[in-house]
Amino acid sequence: MSQTATMTGSAPATGGNTATDPRGPRPKPFFTPKKIMIYTTLVFFTLYFLFPLYVMVVTSLKTMPEIRFGNIFALPSAPSFDAWVKAWTSACTGLTCNGLSPGFWNSVKITIPSTIVSIFIAAVNGYALVNWRFKGSEIFFAVLIFGSFIPYQVMLYPLVILTRSMGIFGTLQAVIVIHTIFGMPILTLLFRNYFASLPQELFKAARVDGAGFWRIFFEIMLPMSLPIFVVALILQITGIWNDFLFGVVFAGPQNYPMTVQLNNIVNSAQGTPEYNVNMAATVLTGLVPLIIYFVSGKLFVRGVAAGAVKG
Amino acid sequence: MADTTVQSAPVAGSSSRPSALKKFFLHNLSAKVAAIPMVATVLVVFIGCTIWTIYYSFTNSKLLPTGKFVGFDQYERLFATSRWNVSVINLLMYGAMSLVLTLGLGFLLAVLMDQKIRFESAFRTIMLYPFALSFIVTGLVWQWIMNPTLGLQGTMRNLGWTNFTFDWIANPRMVLFALLIAGLWQGVGFCMVLMLAGLRGVDEEIWKAARVDGIPTWRTYISVVLPMMRGVLVTAVVLIGSGIVRLYDLVVALTNGGPGISSEVPAKYVYNYMFSGGNIGQGLAAATMMLLTVLIIMVPWAYLEFGGKGRK
Repeated sequence: MSQTATMTGSAPATGGNTATDPRGPRPKPFFTPKKIMIYTTLVFFTLYFLFPLYVMVVTSLKTMPEIRFGNIFALPSAPSFDAWVKAWTSACTGLTCNGLSPGFWNSVKITIPSTIVSIFIAAVNGYALVNWRFKGSEIFFAVLIFGSFIPYQVMLYPLVILTRSMGIFGTLQAVIVIHTIFGMPILTLLFRNYFASLPQELFKAARVDGAGFWRIFFEIMLPMSLPIFVVALILQITGIWNDFLFGVVFAGPQNYPMTVQLNNIVNSAQGTPEYNVNMAATVLTGLVPLIIYFVSGKLFVRGVAAGAVKG
Repeated sequence: MADTTVQSAPVAGSSSRPSALKKFFLHNLSAKVAAIPMVATVLVVFIGCTIWTIYYSFTNSKLLPTGKFVGFDQYERLFATSRWNVSVINLLMYGAMSLVLTLGLGFLLAVLMDQKIRFESAFRTIMLYPFALSFIVTGLVWQWIMNPTLGLQGTMRNLGWTNFTFDWIANPRMVLFALLIAGLWQGVGFCMVLMLAGLRGVDEEIWKAARVDGIPTWRTYISVVLPMMRGVLVTAVVLIGSGIVRLYDLVVALTNGGPGISSEVPAKYVYNYMFSGGNIGQGLAAATMMLLTVLIIMVPWAYLEFGGKGRK
């Protein structure tokens, strides 16, 4: 429909223009049918994207009787943070009733070291791959990238056995190791591409001056790679915070990250479900990545697009 | 490890051969030491663990991976299990719909965003924010919205639209579409960002040329610009495809496979047999089938991308 409209609309326009002004279309008024179509479609999709966020927040501020009244769109008549307090301190996850806060701190304890370790190792990898190539380094890199497409389920059980034989299964260390392993392909790619874009003369000059592998890395490469560090940071913090599978398999019940506890609160709770508490818990879990997303702005876009720009 | 080999080389050596050995180990020694985590990940995890899984999928391991070699028994049982067959069909249906719609809507939105519109960055921020959220969060929000009694359906009925029906989450025939709505909500923005980057990468001259030739805008997009975005499209397909095969968290949060087994997916089957079903061999066979699926997608792509470049 719209396609035929634009076709018939533009064909005579270009035909008429050739006589007077062959260059470009004529200036358009703001409210053309095309513009209205564009904005209507965009606004429709915007509503689809915003609706869950709205529902989530509004529901979390209502009381249960109000929710049972059954209007998911309505604003809360008397907004209260009771559900938030309960979600944080005393919601039940099947057996215990300590709320989400232990999960939050577990997620913090998992995310911070995993992010630091995985980024450091990947930065060294990228640097070695660009400036210190050795026999087979490119093959290892290719397998690494290819390996990132293997479903996690394929490697899950052998990794359980490996971490168990290392004596770290069911601990924070195990989750950190697993995040480091599975974050490696994308981060290495990121750093490799970044270091490859730096002028090679810098590296050569430092070599001539007698600086070694680590000295060049810490004193020349690292100070220059702040932008890519920020991108990697955003990528890892949101990715690790949002992880569910590795947390549930490797962390052990006392270290369950927030996502796992959230799912337990909502999906394995006994008794009548408290939707306001559930939604408050959901908002709380989504808050950290959302804050990072809104604060980082364009850098987040760069981060997610970085995975797409294959080197 | 590396140090001992390096030291042993000069001791053993007197002729020219040891110096080659020495060079092999000592050359870039720090780089090799630094690359140990990467090499270990590649050899132990990506290659070692995968081979381990394939090998043990041919055993009858139950609670521990100690079973006897039983050939293709696990695979025969796998395809005789209705839950697995449902999982595979679900993944194929969901995957096809999700791939087509994510790409289609992503491209449509990218084209709209590319029309020099106002508030572009606001629109982009809104479309991409779901991508920053966990699948668990996405699944739980949509579970609440689709709650038949108190969610959208209940609200519409209370507002007077008494035969409004939106019970997909509780309807075995529609539950895949419920998954699709939530999956698209999370993924379309990302696809749009990729496509928009692709569109912006197209040379302005192409547009001028098309305009001079009098080709309508929509024709230019489909016949000229889309083929030029091949790289971005292939990347998007690969990323979306590998995400679909991994689909797990969203199902756990939104439906937990229900109602019944009508929204089970392979990744969940693997997990359940390995960690709660106590039938490792069966889980590993299912995991190997997942690997095979990915290889069927990946190998032609890798061949086209890298094999083609190598020949040129």
